[in-house]
Amino acid sequence: MKVVNKPIRKKDAMALVTGKPVYTDDIAPKDCLVVKLLRSPHAHAWIEDIDVSKARKVPGIEAVYTYKDVPQKRFTMAGQTYPEPSPYDRLILDQRVRFVGDPVAIIAGKDEKLVDRAMKLIKVQYQVLEPILDFHQAKDNDILIHPEDNWEAKCPVGADNRRNLAASERSTYGEYDKVMDECDIVVEGTYHTKANNQTPMETFRTYTYMDTYGRLNVVSSTQIVFHIRRILGHALDIPKSKIRVIKPRIGGGFGSKQTAVAEVYPAFVTWKTGKPAKLIYTREESQIQASPRHEMEVNCKIGATKDGHIRAIGVYTLSNTGAFGEHGPTTVGLSGHKSISLYGDLEAYRFDYDVVYTNVQAAGAYRGYGATQGIFAVESTVNKLAAELNIDPVKIREMNMVKEGEKMPSYYGETAESCALDRCLARAKEMIKWDEKFPCKDMGNGKVRSVGVSLAMQGSAISGCDVGGATIKLNDDGFYVLTLGAADMGTGCDTILAQIAAEELECDVDRVISYSADTDVSPYDSGSYASSTTYVTGLATMQAANQLKEAIMKTGADMLGVEDTDLLEFDGDYVRSMEDGGKVSLIDIATKSMVNNNQAFQFTANCSSPVSPPPYMVGMAEIEVDKETGHVELLDYAAVVDCGTVINPNLARVQAEGGIVQGIGMVLSENISYTKKGKLRENSFMQYKIPTRLDMGRLRVEFESSYEPTGPYGAKSIGEVVINTPLAALTHAIYNATGLRFYELPITPEQIAMGILEHEN
Amino acid sequence: MQISMILNGKKIMAEAEPDMMLLEFVRMQGCYSVKRGCETANCGLCTVFLDEKPVLSCSTLAVRADGRRVTTLEGLQEEAEEFGVFIANQGAEQCGFCNPGFMMNAIALFRENPYPSEEEIKEYLAGNLCRCSGYEGQLRGILAFLEYKKEMEQKGE
Amino acid sequence: MLTFRNYQKVASLEEAYELNQKRANKIIGGMLWMKMENRNIGTAIDLSGLGLDKIEETDDEFSIGCMVTLRELEIHSGLHQYTNGAMRECVRHIVGVQFRNVATIGGSIFGRFGFSDVLTMFMALDAYVELYKGGVVPIRTFARMERDNDILVRVIVKKTPMQVVYMSERYTKTDFPTIACAIAKNSDTVTAVIGARPYRAMCVADETGILKHGITEATARAFGSYVSEHVRTGSNMRGSREYRNHLIKVIVRRAVLRLGGKQNAD
Repeated sequence: MKVVNKPIRKKDAMALVTGKPVYTDDIAPKDCLVVKLLRSPHAHAWIEDIDVSKARKVPGIEAVYTYKDVPQKRFTMAGQTYPEPSPYDRLILDQRVRFVGDPVAIIAGKDEKLVDRAMKLIKVQYQVLEPILDFHQAKDNDILIHPEDNWEAKCPVGADNRRNLAASERSTYGEYDKVMDECDIVVEGTYHTKANNQTPMETFRTYTYMDTYGRLNVVSSTQIVFHIRRILGHALDIPKSKIRVIKPRIGGGFGSKQTAVAEVYPAFVTWKTGKPAKLIYTREESQIQASPRHEMEVNCKIGATKDGHIRAIGVYTLSNTGAFGEHGPTTVGLSGHKSISLYGDLEAYRFDYDVVYTNVQAAGAYRGYGATQGIFAVESTVNKLAAELNIDPVKIREMNMVKEGEKMPSYYGETAESCALDRCLARAKEMIKWDEKFPCKDMGNGKVRSVGVSLAMQGSAISGCDVGGATIKLNDDGFYVLTLGAADMGTGCDTILAQIAAEELECDVDRVISYSADTDVSPYDSGSYASSTTYVTGLATMQAANQLKEAIMKTGADMLGVEDTDLLEFDGDYVRSMEDGGKVSLIDIATKSMVNNNQAFQFTANCSSPVSPPPYMVGMAEIEVDKETGHVELLDYAAVVDCGTVINPNLARVQAEGGIVQGIGMVLSENISYTKKGKLRENSFMQYKIPTRLDMGRLRVEFESSYEPTGPYGAKSIGEVVINTPLAALTHAIYNATGLRFYELPITPEQIAMGILEHEN
Repeated sequence: MQISMILNGKKIMAEAEPDMMLLEFVRMQGCYSVKRGCETANCGLCTVFLDEKPVLSCSTLAVRADGRRVTTLEGLQEEAEEFGVFIANQGAEQCGFCNPGFMMNAIALFRENPYPSEEEIKEYLAGNLCRCSGYEGQLRGILAFLEYKKEMEQKGE
Repeated sequence: MLTFRNYQKVASLEEAYELNQKRANKIIGGMLWMKMENRNIGTAIDLSGLGLDKIEETDDEFSIGCMVTLRELEIHSGLHQYTNGAMRECVRHIVGVQFRNVATIGGSIFGRFGFSDVLTMFMALDAYVELYKGGVVPIRTFARMERDNDILVRVIVKKTPMQVVYMSERYTKTDFPTIACAIAKNSDTVTAVIGARPYRAMCVADETGILKHGITEATARAFGSYVSEHVRTGSNMRGSREYRNHLIKVIVRRAVLRLGGKQNAD
């Protein structure tokens, strides 16, 4: 391979490192109305009266909208394939407010100071209602978050607004109860993770304007241009043909922008006023009204023989979707399906779940999408099993983990066609020097060093659902334009997909220009989430490139006077006749395409896959615990990834490193807590502590590639799996160092220090 | 109020409200590389030079820059490109939003301490948050740049 | 968001003092903390034009102007030498270099914030603050005073022969301290200053002479317990009262041992 599997620099790299103005707020028109939102101070309330008359009178204020001004058709803000599994439970502004921070009024004016002044003049009379802040209390509570009649669940996910349920399911495989009874040992634990925030460095922001044709144009920091178009059509109750959505360079996503968090408000302003409008979320707003990870409590039960052979796994997940149901019914599924499946062809499994509404901000999609929480529970339980059986945690995995070719009944019945988990585990073990360091070493100075391990998996796109799209065109001078609907959020897919096209068309990657994403121009693509882009959009890119190559060959054949294209070959620059050595250049063919030409040189392919081949990963952490202060120092993290063929080793490595550090944050420093009134305490970087570069030690990432037959050049995916190992690996290391088992994240130095003290007494 | 300063080597005069921050001011002057990432002075995205010292422009009054020299990445394009290549070669720029602040502070580091150790690099840049890259790629890029710098210096260039 | 109508770069301390007597007006230091408050003030009073951004070192003392930044404290070789690196240790965890190039010692000390590493350190140094109207006041006294409309002009550190050590524990490396500790040993006694308890720093001197006959594991441990018993702690988002009580014992012991020359006391 000449271009694929090469560490090629991203196409936008130099623009980004020299600070070029390429983001939403850099390119927004200067005369945009500034849009801001007045937010509810109550976790649950009914607006009895809202008086915006004084605010509207402030000179320079263009408009102030309340629940009285918006369409009454409910919609979802979730970026998913239609019909969305997430309930249609939203209005642009609602008379019932359901969490602290829920928007209550939209104010648009000439500048920020004016808008702030107008906001202070709005008088709201709330009937304060009792909120449900504890997700254990939500199901079947008398208090209903969504009592409204026009709440709707379009898909059968077990949702019932009269029970505060956004989804619910029970499933069993094999004779679960019987097998569990027969097991020599059953180990159990309930693991609690919180509503962690993705904190992309660029907050949510959108600007909107009306174009020459009376259409609403939306430029947004989003991962899902096509879904946004649909969501806005529903929300504003206007035809989708009236909407165009464009995505410029965006400053990170990690799933946060797989929900239409901010778009609907400036869109409404522009649609109503005809004027351009812009809404830039503050960091605080991006903490309190965003789309964080679903808080989950995952109970895991593992039944095994006394020699450590795992026979059955049971998982029950209680998931907190917050005030609205985006991604609630879907994230929960991964907490079982993409965790239990690490152990392949089990005799039996059970997977039950409930997803409940509460009066905190709506959760959404965050890298891992439920698998992160489920794997934390399952891998921690495997570690617990190993400890109770006195079997090395690496060995117990070697005995039980899924192998290439093995069926995974808990993974939608799919088979692990490509799986190098065994090589990943062996290599990680070598890298961290597991045998020397397990379980721990007392350093003699009040500190103890230890190691911990976790496996991980994810998927590659949603099988039978996600659609990748690619259009490729030949231009004069023989360069190509690759038009995409997928969203490069820094991940580098614009470059990776160009690499795939360049490999097919046997040229330098610089000859392929990538353009994304614009709903009027781009081929349909579900968007960048579910680790789909390299896999399904990669396949679409290959197909489109191949179709273009055929057209090039055909024209070359005509120009060379050869009938049978089988007698020709293409080397990227020339179409050559193998018979007589005649050749015609790509440039000449491109020129021909612009004169007296009936042959199209632009091809589009759309691709879905019937399977979702899992990437696999092993993470091993080495830590040093200060037994007196409880401080955990990250010394080393060895990670080995099987993402199939690595399309771009640099970008894949950085993805892994970024995901690992996010995982470290979830375990050691990122907490989410609420006051009694339901206000989020961690509403800034001052309180929500994401890791700084001093909070992680060495990170070492390597690849052990399997070959995925259904993937482009054997590739699978890497975008999400990378966050899934640190939770169990670090919790395991802390146990090995201290003997303390933790079931809730984050684990603070206080919990460790006081736990050790209690132990000693 | 009228404010005058040397912004990226050019003398400018502009109207600014007394409570306007330097961040808003420089963006109004077209220096879009300077980004806002938070409201609590934690992230470092807004780093600019005020008289050669790296400062948080989100917390510096525009009026306090009156009569002084302000530099943003727009005024350091050559240095940014020379050093940035090493970050780009790691793929560590990722979404790029933290990059300008990171580049500014890294350039400040190199000026203060031409050959910093890994510890010194991490500590100096501690106030530059990044969520995409996991920091490791940025460190690799810096170390590669320092190698290159040393080679160039030894060659006498 | 902080908003104000007027900005005045004063030409004299008297001008600043006059303006500061109005409740609506405020003196701005680095402004980092003030900027986060949702408040509207009348006139922001800037002392930047008064040459108070210098550290003047003589044989007897350091005279540190109120506008000196935390970064300048960090890299000043004289302070570094006098405190044997403790001054650097005290500030180097505070957010980042760009932050410390803006934050001023005046803002840090005048605010008398509970989380302040800087206040903890300067109390250990038994420094003095020079107030415009109030004159020279020991910082240990100033720490207990209520905020008023006087102006903190400079901080004076007399070069009394002493040893000082600074240590802190924090959640992430650049977070607020969960507990801050400075131990100072002069010819008379050893004094522990505990900050971020979460309340503002307070002193506990070795009044019963636990360390009188020298620093050993045992005496350091005993002093740690003594300090912990004499410091009122509380709970906040960073930690509980009980954890702080425990941390005080640990950190004081370690700091005292470092004072006694044990390099890797932690």
